[in-house]
Amino acid sequence: MSDTGITAGRLPPDDYARNFADLHPPLDRYEAKVAADRCFFCYDAPCMTACPTTIDIPLFIRQIATGNATGAAKTILDSNIMGAMCARVCPTEQLCEEACVREALEGKPVEIGRLQRHATDALFATGKQLYQAGPSTGFRVAVVGGGPAGLSCAHRLATLGHTVTVFEAQKKLGGLNEYGIAAYKATNEIAQCEVGYILGVGGIEVKTGQALGRDIHLGDLARDYDAVFLGIGLAATNALGIADGGFAGVDDAVDYIAGLRQASDLSALPVGRRVVVIGGGMTAIDIATQVKRLGAEEVTIVYRRGPAEMGASPYEQEVAQTSGVTIRHWAMPKALVGANGRVTGIAFERTALADGKLTGTGETYELACDQLFRAIGQAFVASDLEDSLIELERGRIRVDGAQRTSHPKIWAGGDCVGSGSDLTVVAVEHGKQAALSIDSMLRAATAA
Amino acid sequence: MADLRVDFCGIKAPNPFWLASAPPTDKAYNVVRAFRAGWGGVVWKTLGEAGPPIVNVSGPRYGAIHAGDRRVIGFNNIELITDRPLEVNLQEIKQVKRDWPDRALVVSLMVPCTEDSWKAILRQVEDTEADGVELNFGCPHGMSERGMGAAVGQVPEYVEMVTRWCKQHSRMPVIVKLTPNVADIKGPAAAAKKGGADAVSLINTVNSMMGVDLDAMTPSPATGGYGTHGGMCGPAVKPMALNMVADIARTPHLQGIPISAIGGIETWKDAAEFMAMGAGTVQVCTAAMVYGFKIVEEMKTGLAAFMDEKGYARLDDFVGRAVPKVTDWQYLDLDYAVKAHIDQDLCIKCGRCHISCEDTSHQAISALKDGVRHFEVIEEECVGCNLCAVVCPVEGCITMVPLQPGEVDKRTGRVVGTPINWTQHPNNPMRAAEPAE
Ligand SMILES: Cc1cc2nc3c(=O)[nH]c(=O)nc-3n(C[C@H](O)[C@H](O)[C@H](O)COP(=O)(O)OP(=O)(O)OC[C@H]3O[C@@H](n4cnc5c(N)ncnc54)[C@H](O)[C@@H]3O)c2cc1C
Ligand SMILES: Cc1cc2nc3c(=O)[nH]c(=O)nc-3n(C[C@H](O)[C@H](O)[C@H](O)COP(=O)(O)O)c2cc1C
Ligand code: SF4
Repeated sequence: MSDTGITAGRLPPDDYARNFADLHPPLDRYEAKVAADRCFFCYDAPCMTACPTTIDIPLFIRQIATGNATGAAKTILDSNIMGAMCARVCPTEQLCEEACVREALEGKPVEIGRLQRHATDALFATGKQLYQAGPSTGFRVAVVGGGPAGLSCAHRLATLGHTVTVFEAQKKLGGLNEYGIAAYKATNEIAQCEVGYILGVGGIEVKTGQALGRDIHLGDLARDYDAVFLGIGLAATNALGIADGGFAGVDDAVDYIAGLRQASDLSALPVGRRVVVIGGGMTAIDIATQVKRLGAEEVTIVYRRGPAEMGASPYEQEVAQTSGVTIRHWAMPKALVGANGRVTGIAFERTALADGKLTGTGETYELACDQLFRAIGQAFVASDLEDSLIELERGRIRVDGAQRTSHPKIWAGGDCVGSGSDLTVVAVEHGKQAALSIDSMLRAATAA
Repeated sequence: MADLRVDFCGIKAPNPFWLASAPPTDKAYNVVRAFRAGWGGVVWKTLGEAGPPIVNVSGPRYGAIHAGDRRVIGFNNIELITDRPLEVNLQEIKQVKRDWPDRALVVSLMVPCTEDSWKAILRQVEDTEADGVELNFGCPHGMSERGMGAAVGQVPEYVEMVTRWCKQHSRMPVIVKLTPNVADIKGPAAAAKKGGADAVSLINTVNSMMGVDLDAMTPSPATGGYGTHGGMCGPAVKPMALNMVADIARTPHLQGIPISAIGGIETWKDAAEFMAMGAGTVQVCTAAMVYGFKIVEEMKTGLAAFMDEKGYARLDDFVGRAVPKVTDWQYLDLDYAVKAHIDQDLCIKCGRCHISCEDTSHQAISALKDGVRHFEVIEEECVGCNLCAVVCPVEGCITMVPLQPGEVDKRTGRVVGTPINWTQHPNNPMRAAEPAE
C-alpha cells in the first residue's frame, strides 16, 4: 500500500462538490405545490404541537400552496427566526413529520422540512426584510454567545425595542450552525446568510472575539446591563477515558468539523484511509459521514450500546450507512495502539447489559486505523462563569420554564442549560422565550 | 361476459362509449384512431353550412381548473364548430363509415335557423350513409352570437321547429343535443320530443369564465388582451349533467325518450351512473382530450366487470334502474335519521371533522377525551348532515349510521320508525288535510 497515512485530495476533484451537495435538494415550485397540497390543514395540528418553536405549519403550507411563499416565510420566522437553518438541520422525522397525520395514514408525512426551506429560500431570494427594531425602550441587554440561542434571543429583544449587545468568542456568529452542522446540511453559506438576515432587524451591536471569563465577566455584565442572556453552548468535548498515548492521528470530531466547515477547499483536508469514530450521537454520525465523503476508504463507528440507545436518530444512522459507514455496537475502547508516534489501531472490549448496567465482557478485538475521532459528547465549561453567580444542575446552568437562572438579571438557554436537548430548534425556542421573559420583567419594572 | 352492444334509437354500436362532437372527432384521422382504440361510436364534430369555412381564434382556445396535482377537473373552450370545408368533412365521413360499418357514426349539425339551410345539409349528410344526426343546440359561445347553437337551444319553440324540419326532410334518426344554460332542462327536452326527436343528448358545455389574470387584469385565458366566456366541461360538470339527465328520465311526459348522456364522464363508473339514471349511451370529450383514446379500454372492461359482478347480462338490465329512486325533497322521509360514527381504528386524528362541525355546523364532535386528542361524535348534537364524512380524508372512517325503528334520536328525543314527509308534517302550513301518497 502506498498510502496508509492521513492525506488530502483522496478523490477526483469533481467528487467533492457532489459529496457535499445538499442532503435534501430544494423543492422546485411544482414539487412544492404538490407537497403542499398533501397537507390536510389539521385542526390544532399535531405537527405544530411537535415543533419546539410551535410554527403554524398548516398555515404556512397553505400559503405556499396558494403561491404566497413570502407570507409563508413570515409565518415561519414569526415563531422561529432560524426557520431557514432549522428546515435543514431539524430531525423532522422525530419532530413535526413524525406527528404528521399522513404518517399515520400512509407512512409518508408531508415534507414539512423541505417546504419550510422552500418558503425561507423564497424570502431570502427577494432580499426583503420583514422585521425592524421596535420603538426604543431604553433598556440594554447583553447576550453572550452568538449561536442559535443567543441570536434568537437578540432578535426578539430587538423587535421589542431593547438595545442588544452580542458578545461572541469566535470570529463569526452562528455558533454550531457555522462551525458544527454537517456541511451537506448547510450549503451555500446559509448559516451566514441567516445571521445577516437576523442582524438586519437593526438595534443589535455585535462584539466578536469577546470571550466570557477572559475578555468579559458575568458579574460586570449583570451590573452594567439591565439583563443578561447566556447562550454559550458547550465549549468543551469529553475525553476518551483511556490514555491517548500522545499519538498523532487522534482527533476531536467537533474541532475537525469546524475546520471542515471553514475550509475553502475540501480537497485540501487531510483524512485517513481507515478511520474509526468513537461515539453514538449526531457528532459521531456527522464526522463519520463527512470523512467518508472526503474519501476515507473504511470508516467505522464504534458505539458502546445498541442502535436504539444511539443519540443519532435511525434516519441519521441510515444516512451514515448509505454513505458507506459501518456502525458497530456493543464495544468500548480499551487501549490505543501506535507506532512511530502515530496511531495504528485501537483495542475494544465487547460490552453487554448486566442488570441494566453496561459492563465489559472481557472479550476484546482490535481495529486497525490511521485516524481516530473522539465524538463522545460535549461538555459545558462552567469556569467561564467564574464566580458562582448562578446555580448549575448536572454540570449545566439551571433555569426555570421561562429560562431564568437563579440570578434575577440573568437568563440562559440552548445547549448550556440543564434542560437543553442539544437541538438547534430547542436553542432557538429557549432564546425566544428568554427574550419574552426579559421583556415582561423590564416592562413590569418600569410600570412599578 | 356481459354484452355491451347497444341499439340507440335504431343506431347500433358494439358498446355505449361514444366520442362527443368535439376536436377528437373533427377529422378522419382522429376518428379512425378512436375506432382502432375501441370506441363504439362517434358524433362527428359539428358541421356548418357550405361556404367560407369558420374562423377560430389563434389565441388560446382552452382554459382549465386544475387540482393541486395538476389533474384537470374542469375544462373550458371557445372553439367554434368545424373550421374545415364541408365537402372535405362529408367525404371523410363517407369513407370512414364505409371502412367501419359496425361503429356508430352520427353527424353533428348547426346551420342558420331557416328550413332551407337544414334541408340542404340533411340531404348531403344522408349521402354519406352516416347513421344519424345530432342537432347542436348547445354551443354557448361565438355561434350563439350568430343566432345558432345555444341561441336556438334556449328557446323551446325553435328547438321544436328545427327538430320538426329535420324529421320532415330526413329519414335518419335525429338526436337533439341540449344546452345546460337554461333554467329548466325539461322545457327544451319536451320541445325536442314534441318536434319528433328520436333521442336527446346532454349536456353541452356550461357558460363559464375560468379566471382572471391578476397581473394583466384580463379574463384568463385572453386573446389580444380581451377574454370572453366559454363553455365548461370535464369532471366538474358531471353532477350538473347527471341532475339534468335524471330530470328528463323521471318526468312522466318525457319518459321513454332515449338519452345519450354527456358531461364529465372519465371512467366506467361515471358511465354506469349515467346509465343507471336512464342513459342508453354516453359521450366523452374532455377525458379523451386529456388522456387520449386508450381510456375506453378501462371503460369497457370496467363496465363489463361491474355487470358480471351484478349479474346484468345486457345494458338494458340496469339502464334506468336508479330513476324511480329520484324524488322531490318534499317526499323525503323526515323521520329517517342517521348519526355520524367515527371508526377510531381508522381515525388519523387530523381533527378536520371537529373543526368543520364546531366552526360551521352543530358542535357535535368533541376533540378531547381524558385530556388527550380524540374525536368522537356527540349524538345529542349530531343532525346527521354528513359534513364530517365529506371532509374526512380517510375513506370509510366516518360513516352515517341509520337509527333503526324503535331507537331514540338522542338529539330530538323522538323514537324513530314512523315515516312522515313534508306534505304530511305538522309544521307545514300548507299540509294537505289528507296525507299525500
Ligand atoms: C457536530 C454536531 C452536529 C449537530 N447536528 C445537529 C443537527 O443536525 N440538527 C440539530 O438540530 N442540532 C444539531 N446539533 C446540535 C446543535 O448544533 C446545537 O444544539 C445548537 O447549536 C445549540 O445552540 P446554542 O446557541 O445553545 O449553542 P452553540 O451553537 O454552541 O453556540 C454557542 C455560541 O457561544 C459561543 N461561546 C461559547 N463560549 C463562549 C464564551 N465563553 N464567551 C463568548 N462566547 C462563547 C460559541 O462560540 C458559539 O458561537 C449538532 C451539534 C454538533 C456538535
Ligand atoms: C374543445 C371543444 C369543442 C367542442 N365542440 C363542440 C362542437 O363542435 N359541437 C358540439 O355539439 N359540442 C362541442 N363540444 C361539447 C362536447 O361535445 C361535450 O358536450 C362537452 O364537452 C361535455 O362533455 P365532456 O365533459 O366529456 O367534455 C366541444 C367541447 C370542447 C371541449
Ligand atoms: S354529521 Fe354533521 S352534525 Fe353530525 S357530527 Fe358530522 S358534521 Fe356534525
